Amino acid sequence: MRYLRSFLAFWWNFIVGDDWRVAVGLAVALGLTALLAHHGVNAWWLLPAAVAVLLWDAIRREARGVD
Amino acid sequence: MRSDLLLFATTFLASAVEAVEALTIVLAVGVVRGWRSTLVGVGAATLVLAGIVAVLGPALRLIPIGTLRFVVGALLLAFGLQWLRKAILRSSGYKPLHDEASAFQREREQAGAAARGSSRMDWYSFTVAFKGVLLEGLEVVFIVVTFGATQGRIGLAAAAAAAAVVVVVGVGVFVRGPLERVPENTIKYAVGLLLTSFGIFWSGEGAGVVWPGSDLAILGIVAFLGLVSFVLTRRLRRQRLAVRPLGAEA
Repeated sequence: MRYLRSFLAFWWNFIVGDDWRVAVGLAVALGLTALLAHHGVNAWWLLPAAVAVLLWDAIRREARGVD
Repeated sequence: MRSDLLLFATTFLASAVEAVEALTIVLAVGVVRGWRSTLVGVGAATLVLAGIVAVLGPALRLIPIGTLRFVVGALLLAFGLQWLRKAILRSSGYKPLHDEASAFQREREQAGAAARGSSRMDWYSFTVAFKGVLLEGLEVVFIVVTFGATQGRIGLAAAAAAAAVVVVVGVGVFVRGPLERVPENTIKYAVGLLLTSFGIFWSGEGAGVVWPGSDLAILGIVAFLGLVSFVLTRRLRRQRLAVRPLGAEA
């Protein structure tokens, strides 16, 4: 049980880390990109834009918490 | 050729970062508690890692390449973005720099404080060295298998990782210290940028995106994210200085 917990903790830390909002945002952006591609829209710009926005938002939140 | 160079450089840098962290732990425990049990721990972790590579490598080849790109791209993206975010916060002064010297000192104090067992095998040294090498090594394995498998160049990725480990261990043996001269945050910044860029490219491809310029799009993504990170770091630095001017923190 302990090993399973540390195994899950490792992967949680690896994927989600200390900001779950970023992971959720990435999942939404990836899902949307796949959905658009499925409907014939080549949304190559969506992921880079989403990553830039998520990065900016995560850093803004963390910096606000420090100040 | 260009994508081979990028693959080699990215795998080399990412693996070097993990190797520096593992070496810091091993050096700290080895210096304080002795080398025998520490090196047994390193050897055991290496064997376990070899087993994981043997099982994971062939299994990954059975998965369709599109699915593989999507899954590993998404994992790299999530992992790389964490590194990039933290590197930006460190560069702008919002997070303390990850100092290998203080990490070495901390490990050394913890190792010294732990009571030695009466048996000849020092399980504390073994466990700490094993855990450190296994965890950091797993990340290297992950980087090698995913980068190598998605590009169809596992051999090249493994060679890059092996070169990084040899270089870091060589430097570690030479300086016999915590490798404090390696600017870890600078490496993490660059690696975070590359991992995130590769993550965007592969997960996008796996999701069905056709990138303009094909593989050259990676360079465009790196440039775009580099610019975004640079602007964010500069803005945060200015913001921090406005809130807490230099000299006011002492």
